[in-house]
Amino acid sequence: MSTTPSTSRPQRPKAGERLADWADGRLGVYTLAKANLRKIFPDHWSFMLGEICLYTFIIIVLTGVYLTLFFTPSLNEVVYHGSYKPMTGVRMSEAFKTTLDITFDVRAGLLMRQIHHWSAIVFVAAMFVHMMRILYTGAFRKPREVNWLFGFLLLFLGQFDGFMGYSLPDDLLSGTGIRFLEGAVLSVPIVGTYLTLFFFGGQFPGTAFIPRLFTIHILVIPGIMAGLVVAHLILVFYHKHTQFAGPGRSERNVVGMPLMPVYMAKAGGFFFLVFGALSLISAFAQVNPIWAYGPYRPDQVTTDAQPDWYMGFSEGLIRIMPGWEIHFLGHTLELGVFIPLVVFILVLVAIAVYPFIESWITGAKREHHLLDRPRNAPVRTALATAWLALYLVLLLGGGNDLFATHFNLSINAITWFVRIGFFVLPVVVFIVVKRWCLGLQRRDRDKVLHGRETGVIKRLPHGEFIEVHERLSQERLHELTAHDQLKPLELPPAVDEAGVERKVTFGEKLRARLSAAYYGEHSQVAKPTTKEFEESTHHH
Amino acid sequence: MEYLSARRRHPLAALVALLIALAATGGLYAALAPTQRAQANPAQSLAIDQGKRLYDVGCASCHGPSGQGSHNGPSLVGVGAAAVDFQMGTGRMPAQQPGAQVPKKRPVYPQPQIDQIAAYVASLGPGPAIPNPSQYTPGDMANGGQLFRTNCAQCHNFAGSGGALSEGKFAPELRGVSPKHIYEAMLTGPQNMPSFPDTTMPEPQKRDIIAYVTSATDPATFPSYGGLSLGWLGPVPEGLFGWIFGLGVLIAASIWIAARTAKARKK
Repeated sequence: MSTTPSTSRPQRPKAGERLADWADGRLGVYTLAKANLRKIFPDHWSFMLGEICLYTFIIIVLTGVYLTLFFTPSLNEVVYHGSYKPMTGVRMSEAFKTTLDITFDVRAGLLMRQIHHWSAIVFVAAMFVHMMRILYTGAFRKPREVNWLFGFLLLFLGQFDGFMGYSLPDDLLSGTGIRFLEGAVLSVPIVGTYLTLFFFGGQFPGTAFIPRLFTIHILVIPGIMAGLVVAHLILVFYHKHTQFAGPGRSERNVVGMPLMPVYMAKAGGFFFLVFGALSLISAFAQVNPIWAYGPYRPDQVTTDAQPDWYMGFSEGLIRIMPGWEIHFLGHTLELGVFIPLVVFILVLVAIAVYPFIESWITGAKREHHLLDRPRNAPVRTALATAWLALYLVLLLGGGNDLFATHFNLSINAITWFVRIGFFVLPVVVFIVVKRWCLGLQRRDRDKVLHGRETGVIKRLPHGEFIEVHERLSQERLHELTAHDQLKPLELPPAVDEAGVERKVTFGEKLRARLSAAYYGEHSQVAKPTTKEFEESTHHH
Repeated sequence: MEYLSARRRHPLAALVALLIALAATGGLYAALAPTQRAQANPAQSLAIDQGKRLYDVGCASCHGPSGQGSHNGPSLVGVGAAAVDFQMGTGRMPAQQPGAQVPKKRPVYPQPQIDQIAAYVASLGPGPAIPNPSQYTPGDMANGGQLFRTNCAQCHNFAGSGGALSEGKFAPELRGVSPKHIYEAMLTGPQNMPSFPDTTMPEPQKRDIIAYVTSATDPATFPSYGGLSLGWLGPVPEGLFGWIFGLGVLIAASIWIAARTAKARKK
């Protein structure tokens, strides 16, 4: 504080500065900003997949709020006399009627519905791709396992919230989807019937499920998801972002651009790009035309009644499953539905627990901040792709009727292809992808030792033709050799130093075998040693 | 007479006698038979005759020379004129090749000839007749929509886009099908479709369904609100579209943004 007299009076600070001072005095924004505004983020397009998820989530919340202003979640029956003439005089639920009103009478209602729905489709797709990026590059390893689980939960909840949103308008597809759900819950042994009575407040369809779904769809799940999104982002800040290996990049630093101003501009701009692209799609392409589906009546059904894509693999499971039933003491065990329900959960759980399985097999407890190139983790890459193949073949099964009509195939042939492919394809894909990875590793090794093929053919004085190879740059050599190559775990000696026989548990044996499968000589190509590299340089 | 008796053992005498006998029986038949039919309905019998001729050329190889059917095609006795008018009017018959189902194509026969064949097939046994225009004038669209979703949508899809049946069979697309053909299809149940006779679905209900199919699914009367319909095929094409044009575009945008950065200059 200056009290010394001066000829010129001190300048009053600018308005923005005064506001910032005011806020700092109450919220401590300077410390927060100092710690975080210069946060460094590495540059790679695949690191922006998560941003697509975040932005679509925000768009879904914004448009969803608008839709709730006009939607009545009720199964009370009304007779329609609105703008859409083909429905005049048709009995329908208030939920369906208000959805028709939003579509045809509310200003921008149809556009809002379509932005909401397209964003949901893209949201789950983006989370899916984001998850596969994390999986393929090994970004889930310590210290990020918890964040992986948060992300998985977001995907899981996003799928179910999408399914509930699809069910809310009470159109013909909604009701068919809910009926499907009812059948799945009914198939659960012993408690299934009680659970459906509990969910529907009595017999299907009743009048309770739409109001209940509404509360869960707009309040409970989005609330949990918003919390998870915040936690997910806090952990990204806390752990700092991962990066690919490169010159100057190590496990202890992050090389990239600061949040302020570069990523603020990029991320902010990207939000508007995402919003713009989705609005454009929603303006030009229809989604969920409920007026064409008609209101739900339990005695009606239409072909092409599939769920949105993210539930498509469960549809596939149910379509390929033979209709097995067991009758036992007057009870029916509906295996044709119950087995798909169990497999549905297992497919999702398999991907959720993978990081923990890998970390157990590896046995390494160190932190990882440098990403793997997928080829350098052949077994992981092959497993991820096998899972993807399983997922895709089930999606194919879920749309078997459309593939039949549009490719002039027999639906039975497709169903049998999916049944066999469900067991065979993941195995084939695993073998093929692992070999591809090893082939790419050999190529990397070759490039490090012998350089890049230039395509220039030289004739030597004695007549021999050789292709000129060019040495890689130092940066490139670093990128190709920066990865660690783990050694398979070895079982401790069966007899300890005192000569006492040690009991080797089954778990230890299994772990050693899996470790050998992951890191043994058949699962990775040794990267060139310094000696090999030096010899190759002398040779040329 | 002496002239004739002198030549009665001529080598050609038997031939001449045969010719005279044939001419006599033929002439007698010609004198008697047509008059009986002419009394019944000259135009109808002419149509049946013409139809029979066309049938012998175009249909008999599969359906048998008298419409009794063969292992290549079903019997046509009792199918009625409506079935012929539908199958030939939509080009399904004559079939190009055997298969799970005969698809529709451009009609091969002009409508007058189809009518003649229909008249011939109708003469084989009683069956549904070709409907009058008053029978298939569109009725109430809203009620038709409900009837359509109850009776038709499970195979033909909510908007009449068609769908798959087992073993390569399919329920065809309904957009652009004429009211007469929709009526005849419901009446006769062609190929894999069940028939909806007036006892199970009275004529006014058929007219309501016709109103729904021809009007509510026609882009001229009811446009595809909200943009491209993606074929009216439900969520499967929506998912494909979302992945390709939604996420695809956004990933392209992220690649573009990541490529454009204030990179530190290399020495």
